[in-house]
Amino acid sequence: MPIHDQGYRRFGGSRSGRGNAWLVIASSIIRSMLQTKKFMVLLIVAWFPFLVRVGQVYFSANFSQIAFLAPTASTFREFLDQQSSFVFVVTIYVGAGLIANDRRANALQIYLAKPLTRAEYVAGKAAALMAFLMFITFVPGILLLLVQILLAGSFAFVSKNLFLFPAITVYSILECTLATFGMLALSSMSKSRRFVGIMFAGLILFTKAIQGMFWLLTRSSAASLISPTASLSRVGDTIFRVPPRYDTPIVASLLVVILLVVVSIIVLERRVRGVEVVA
Amino acid sequence: MSDVVPPAAPSPSAPDDAVVRLSDVSVVYGKNYALRGVSALFSKGAVGLLGPNGAGKSTMLKSLLGFVTPTEGRMTVLGLDVAESPLEIRARIGYMPENDAHIPGMNAVSFVAYCGELAGLGRVDAMQRAHEVLYYVGLDEARYRNVETYSTGMKQRIKLAQALVHDPDLLFLDEPTNGMDPKGRDEMLELVRDLGHNKGVNLILSSHLLPDVEYTCDRVVVMDGGRIATQGPIDELKGPSGRVYEVRAKSGADRLVQLLKAAGMECKATDEDVMRVFVPVGKSARDVFAVAAAEGIQLRHVRPSVPTLEDVFARAVGEA
Repeated sequence: MPIHDQGYRRFGGSRSGRGNAWLVIASSIIRSMLQTKKFMVLLIVAWFPFLVRVGQVYFSANFSQIAFLAPTASTFREFLDQQSSFVFVVTIYVGAGLIANDRRANALQIYLAKPLTRAEYVAGKAAALMAFLMFITFVPGILLLLVQILLAGSFAFVSKNLFLFPAITVYSILECTLATFGMLALSSMSKSRRFVGIMFAGLILFTKAIQGMFWLLTRSSAASLISPTASLSRVGDTIFRVPPRYDTPIVASLLVVILLVVVSIIVLERRVRGVEVVA
Repeated sequence: MSDVVPPAAPSPSAPDDAVVRLSDVSVVYGKNYALRGVSALFSKGAVGLLGPNGAGKSTMLKSLLGFVTPTEGRMTVLGLDVAESPLEIRARIGYMPENDAHIPGMNAVSFVAYCGELAGLGRVDAMQRAHEVLYYVGLDEARYRNVETYSTGMKQRIKLAQALVHDPDLLFLDEPTNGMDPKGRDEMLELVRDLGHNKGVNLILSSHLLPDVEYTCDRVVVMDGGRIATQGPIDELKGPSGRVYEVRAKSGADRLVQLLKAAGMECKATDEDVMRVFVPVGKSARDVFAVAAAEGIQLRHVRPSVPTLEDVFARAVGEA
């Protein structure tokens, strides 16, 4: 008899309770993405605008000649607007393959044969993408506000613009949720991450182009409702209390954003299954 | 009907040690019935789920996993209702899918450990178990290679490893030897046999390959056209030896088949010129000779044979 049997042995340890699977999925994705050099470079580059804004806050606080650069509420709105381009790139880079790759490798039946629900699977994927997007929107946004307090040496600006804390939070969540669920829905519809990336970019750019053409022809911004990014911008302007760039009703723009998230969830509900039944 | 193979007996008289029970389960895809009123019992140990392609084997496993919802009927796995406790069931079972399946971008040990974590193991335990099961399935040397670079045989092994990592009480193996070379196939069958007979893991082996089921399992459920054709212990289903004869005629084999069938004896031609004759109760080999002699057909070879699972299968699905 061997001293140590290296054959199959029954497991005598403990198991965690249910409900942690989404966390396992999310942390695995985050770990694997952070091991990618290209992605690390992208994350670092996504923080450059923050550094520029910190410079702006610093110089305007210390040199009266350029006090006109002192931040206002719209500075934070503009900052998050700038971050949108990074949101676009990170969403494609991280999100395109999240479900598409699993579909290509038939991994869904591996996942769903484990003790986790389809909702937990989607939650894990969404949490990973949301975490990265919040890291380049919400985190630098709030940090910028804190830097402003530190460098200005007073709470005057913050007490005057206290709404900026919830504004940055709500807008970041709204933007990241829309990007996350939109991308996951697209990712669940194909087995090719490349195709998903092209679809996402096409959807964003095409709707934006249509909206631009409509505006050129009619000088009406009503068509902004067909563009997810324009609708989000309209909602963002209201959240940050800046003059709206489109004259569409805020309720309509908000409904478009909510509708897109709901449609994405419906698509995910239909596409994320352990078995694909073609009747 | 001959008594060589008992007729299908999906009776509700369940053995107490049943790990899976299906009661009148039907699954419909569009207008097509994949399972039609299936009642079956899978007892502890190794049970084969046998049937031709399209018989409904994979659909049955997917229904038990909760991937497919039956239109009617009730299923229990390890005493838990599939409709009410799918997650509790999945925590206690391991599933090795039929087709190529893996988590992209991972090496073998990460993949298997990840599956362990998904099944509720702690990170350290999952990693330790991953190494153990990879050693067990024979992938220890290749465990740091990306799964996507694996050969078909290695992919089959890693699918088994991910199904085993959390130490399930019941394994669903869907065509585990698909695409494997003869040596790899033998090794896989050894693993399955070892799990079922020495390691105390209950398993259901779905396959259309009779030798695989015969080698690894003690009981069998035979399916055909979405229904249970027969089920029971393989030895019992085969019936007593000596009731089947291998017969070779010098000439007129086709005519002999017709005559024997007319005399109430089932015949099944094999790839060679040997036919297998199932002799019912009350008849003997003498009757085979008598039928041949009456027609002037010269028999070259009559030998009692041991019934095989192939005979059971052929009778059950009506291919005899």
